[in-house]
Amino acid sequence: MSESLLSVRDLKVHFEVRVGGLFAGRYLPLKAVDGVSFELKAGETLGIVGESGCGKSTLGRAILRLIEPTGGRCVWLGEELSSLNAQAMRAKRQDMQIIFQDPLASLNPRMTVGEIIAEPLRTFAPGIGRDGMKARVKELMAKVGLLPQMINRYPHEFSGGQCQRIGIARAMVLDPKLIVCDEPVSALDVSIRAQIVNLLMRLQQEFGLSLLFISHDLSVVRHISHRIMVLYLGRVMEIADRESIYLHPRHPYTQALISAVPVPDPDKERAKRRLVLQGDLPSPLAPPSGCVFRTRCPKATGLCAEEIPVLEEDGTGNRHRVACHHWRE
Amino acid sequence: MTAVLDVRNLDTRFATPDGEVHAVNDVSFHIDEGESVGIVGESGSGKTQIFLSIMGLLARNGRAGGEVHYRDKQLLGLPRRELNKFRGVTLSMIFQDPMTSLNPYLRISRQMTEVLVEHKGFDEAAARKRSIALLDRVGIPSAGQRFDLYPHEFSGGMRQRVMIAMALLCEPDLLIADEPTTALDVTIQAQILELLADLKRDFGTAIILITHDLGVVAGLCDRVMVMYAGRVVEKGPVRDIFYRPQHPYTLGLLNSMPRIDAQGASELAAIPGQPPNLQNLPQGCAYRDRCPYAFERCRVDDPALRPLDPAQWGAAREKACHLERLEGRRQEAPTLNGGVLA
Repeated sequence: MSESLLSVRDLKVHFEVRVGGLFAGRYLPLKAVDGVSFELKAGETLGIVGESGCGKSTLGRAILRLIEPTGGRCVWLGEELSSLNAQAMRAKRQDMQIIFQDPLASLNPRMTVGEIIAEPLRTFAPGIGRDGMKARVKELMAKVGLLPQMINRYPHEFSGGQCQRIGIARAMVLDPKLIVCDEPVSALDVSIRAQIVNLLMRLQQEFGLSLLFISHDLSVVRHISHRIMVLYLGRVMEIADRESIYLHPRHPYTQALISAVPVPDPDKERAKRRLVLQGDLPSPLAPPSGCVFRTRCPKATGLCAEEIPVLEEDGTGNRHRVACHHWRE
Repeated sequence: MTAVLDVRNLDTRFATPDGEVHAVNDVSFHIDEGESVGIVGESGSGKTQIFLSIMGLLARNGRAGGEVHYRDKQLLGLPRRELNKFRGVTLSMIFQDPMTSLNPYLRISRQMTEVLVEHKGFDEAAARKRSIALLDRVGIPSAGQRFDLYPHEFSGGMRQRVMIAMALLCEPDLLIADEPTTALDVTIQAQILELLADLKRDFGTAIILITHDLGVVAGLCDRVMVMYAGRVVEKGPVRDIFYRPQHPYTLGLLNSMPRIDAQGASELAAIPGQPPNLQNLPQGCAYRDRCPYAFERCRVDDPALRPLDPAQWGAAREKACHLERLEGRRQEAPTLNGGVLA
């Protein structure tokens, strides 16, 4: 874990959104991702957490250029991704895959499981031939916990958990270096969720994968990630190692998020002091000036309305960075 | 304590082209005044169908049998006109997705005042006043100005508040909340849970909370009922269920959850396999194929729900398992000290 696999610098994704009347409408910028920077090392899992609308899925897609970033850089093993043309970018995608939240919707209902998992091979490794493909598909199916004899079945014959396994096999078939996991367990039942989390962790260890694990579920993120990044309205509020962020959350938003998660322990849950945030997420079309979190922040002052806090080290030397004017208080 | 709702041997079946599906199987429970009961289970466990049966909201191919008493009145099988004297008046239900439960074409004001005019004989002005007061109570900022907006003009958390306010209009004795926070962000979930706890404390409303999230139950409920494949597998006071679970499924659920207050273990104790198909249940115990404790008898005999020895397990413990005593322990989470969780 030394060289960065992926280095993201000041990444921006701004959409133009039409607001107002049918004829008199005007365009406003929606800053879905606004200046996000981080490093991802080989074999590392970075958890990306935040509530709906914080830009976590857009960020994942922008890194793979499934959505074109409007600013900033993504450097993949020393190579700038935004400078690549479509063809070169496609070749790069062998190494970077994605799995989605809705396991059934992300599989083509008219293809068999074998065809779905072999699809990336047909694009990138047509040379291995039919038998080679079939052998590889069966190998992968066994790896993710599916019976290889189910190779000719269709997605609707599988449960949600099994469909997610199919999606994981498809992502793994080219031996990628990075998998973006976009809420991969959110649609699954509790008892199935643990199976998929275990599978992802096992695969990561076995193949030295890097994962960008996007989720709103802080308990799962805490379990699976090495580092965790907290997003709010497209900006990074805090980024740190797992233990550091859960034991010593510096940002008021991180503190509120962590304290809001219900703990399955009646005594603890009832004794816990909860920091309940007031109000809702502001509209991303009209984000607050200065610190975007200030409208819901218990510590907000006049300074927060004027100046955007920079993401700074907390001084413990733990690579713990926080964007708040008042985190020391 | 008197029971607000007493359900005995509820049985719900659906006729489908592939045969009959037995969604709720001989379920009995009660809830007292001012009490809160959590109904926990995964999708397909029948937890929602129980309450759709009680409220007369089953799909057309569904049939419910058994007895459901609201105080002294048997509800099951009542004609719609009779049932409407209870629904939304003394028994209210809120659902997971507030957008689909609100009429998108009608202003919130219309949807709320209608209830009071219809059920309580309020005039329009009084109904408006009371509705706005309730919206205010559930934490809608500047409720008076927002009263005439349409549902889509509210955020998800606000819509759920509107739903709760509507459910409370006629001051029900019992509020049935079906996954009320599942569609919401965690900070908004915390607000809604706090609101429910306030209602229970301030108005003495009995609350049934249907959820798959054990964490939500831990904070709010007095008693818990765990469901699996249309059956109740375990019942008891909340602390007993969490600290001394006696059904292997309850233990499995507790151990398979990653916890925010625990050091990340290398592997979660997942429950193997998947829930059975209700149309094609195995013989014997429905959980046996996933159960690490299953033995010969589990393959043949479907275990009935039976009371546990009160001397050993405290009051009101029941489970449906052949195992005399579950020795498996809840995995002790290495507790983290310090931080905001302390």
